[in-house]
Amino acid sequence: MTARVLVGVKRVIDYAVKIRVKPDNTGVVTDGVKHSMNPFCEIAVEEAVRLKEKKLVQEVVAVSCGPQQVQETIRTALAMGADRGIHVEVSGKDYDSLGPLQVSKILAALAKKEEASLIILGKQAIDDDCNQTGQMTAALLDWPQGTFASELVIEGDKVKVVREIDGGLETIKLNMPVVVTADLRLNTPRYATLPNIMKAKKKKIANMKPGDLGVDMTSRVEVLRVDEPPQRQAGVKVESVEDLVSKLKEAGRI
Amino acid sequence: VFGTGHTLPELHQMLRQTCRDYADKELAPIAGQLDKTHTFPAKQIRELGAMGVMAVEVPESLGGAGMDYLAYSLAVEELSRGCASTGVIVSVNNSLYLGPVLKFGTDEQKKQWITPFTTGERVGCFALSEPGNGSDAGAASTMARQEGDCWVLNGTKAWITNSYDASAAVVLATTDKTLKHKGISAFLLPMPHPGLSLGKREDKLGIRASSTANLILDDCRIPHGNLLGQCGMGFKIAMQTLDSGRIGIASQALGIAQASLDCAADYAHKRSAFGAPIAKMQAIQFKLADMAVAIESARLLTWRAALLRDAKQPYTKEAAMAKLSASEAATFVSHQAIQVLGGMGYVTDMPAERHYRDARITEIYEGTSEIQRLVIANQVLKEYQ
Repeated sequence: MTARVLVGVKRVIDYAVKIRVKPDNTGVVTDGVKHSMNPFCEIAVEEAVRLKEKKLVQEVVAVSCGPQQVQETIRTALAMGADRGIHVEVSGKDYDSLGPLQVSKILAALAKKEEASLIILGKQAIDDDCNQTGQMTAALLDWPQGTFASELVIEGDKVKVVREIDGGLETIKLNMPVVVTADLRLNTPRYATLPNIMKAKKKKIANMKPGDLGVDMTSRVEVLRVDEPPQRQAGVKVESVEDLVSKLKEAGRI
Repeated sequence: VFGTGHTLPELHQMLRQTCRDYADKELAPIAGQLDKTHTFPAKQIRELGAMGVMAVEVPESLGGAGMDYLAYSLAVEELSRGCASTGVIVSVNNSLYLGPVLKFGTDEQKKQWITPFTTGERVGCFALSEPGNGSDAGAASTMARQEGDCWVLNGTKAWITNSYDASAAVVLATTDKTLKHKGISAFLLPMPHPGLSLGKREDKLGIRASSTANLILDDCRIPHGNLLGQCGMGFKIAMQTLDSGRIGIASQALGIAQASLDCAADYAHKRSAFGAPIAKMQAIQFKLADMAVAIESARLLTWRAALLRDAKQPYTKEAAMAKLSASEAATFVSHQAIQVLGGMGYVTDMPAERHYRDARITEIYEGTSEIQRLVIANQVLKEYQ
């Protein structure tokens, strides 16, 4: 049985919220805006909990990096069935510039510290859409990676991953320890049950700082400006297919 | 809540969020269809059972979630916001069926009549009203006599929510007519059962996915051990059960009202008239403000009643105030929501007309607004005696 699964969970602006850019164009408005767990992270937690229910893993540890508020996200993971949580405190400017490189360094350090043999992450976050953290974490640890997973099967000390790729589905077999990133069709996350919400209250969340893990938080990326997407223009009606083709040619689209 | 934080405890926030997510994703999209086809949401009730919502207050040892009444109120409100019928099915099971068995049942009765009803596989109902008496509960004419080792029930119960979907009922019947309301007793009735038949399904204005019908008892025999509490305790059981039930119905009414406000406010941003969104007009703004105040004040009364009950303090007055204000808020807010939507509020393309129809019953069942006023006045006058 695999000892420990590490699951990364990110607190993001809720998918249903209408995003507004800050007047100074330095970012988006987050104050007072509804936040929730990144949907792909929910799928990652669900997969880890299912592995535990099948007795293929012993312990599920949920990790999040950020300010005080990310504890809500960790507790949601606990309410879904994770055993304990780790809150890596990152706030202020460090949080503003937090990106996949720093997070993957933190996850790599934690994986070694916790002796995890499986890391499951969401394939990407719905705020920055980076799709990098899983890949970087695997590279830092020199572990194999199975990204865009729509199926995950543990077979002894190997992991079979079915990946969603442009051409269709690709099945690979990886030697543990591995990093897997969850895609949409991996599973349907459960609703937290009331008894599990109650149990989550008693589960432990450890606090630590990136410094405790020897991680340098300096960012190599600087955000210069954030703008709204251009307003959608009204369409134009045409009378015939010939008209349509000539208009598309005029606009340089074909 | 009313302490230093002025926010709900984290546990309750998580519970509220999970119920809201469930309502948004699983109830709201099908509520219109359930209403149109009068369909009991069996799959959703089982899922809610698995989440622990069908037995919020029942201890974990009996299969429940082991949470408090504030949690229950939040759950019912959020679910009702998605589907008012589902809200009342959940509320009746929790407050009117499991409630009295939990409070007055023996350990044996609890195992038999509670645990199977926590999972959503089975739901219960509560039979007090009769064709001849609703508000006048003391005038109940359904009779229960002893015959050998059985009780034999005869009579008709009316307006029973969950009737066609229930596997058990708490039935109030008279065991000693000479004692008037002190001669009423409570019984546990399995459903279906020989001697029990159901009247026609009522064709209602709203909450149409929940079944409502008469329970007809014709020499219906039940074992002696099916007496709940003691002989003559029935009226007390009913009144205490209704006190709790009122918090449930108040929560349902809040959910309906909130859904109506959500609909109206969203529409006001999008609909333009005279060159601007109608949200810019004071007439609309004043309506939305009045709607928000009605909901928020009713909600605080409801939470207060729940918190008093959780603290094991008297809460009869507060529960009646909650039910009264929340139900009147639901009818007021849903009425105004249609007004904000104009013509769109009158057609089934928008949920406003369903909220309006669903809201109406909240002023009637589990104690009419008139009865609530009598209960409140009675309590108020006691304070000045």
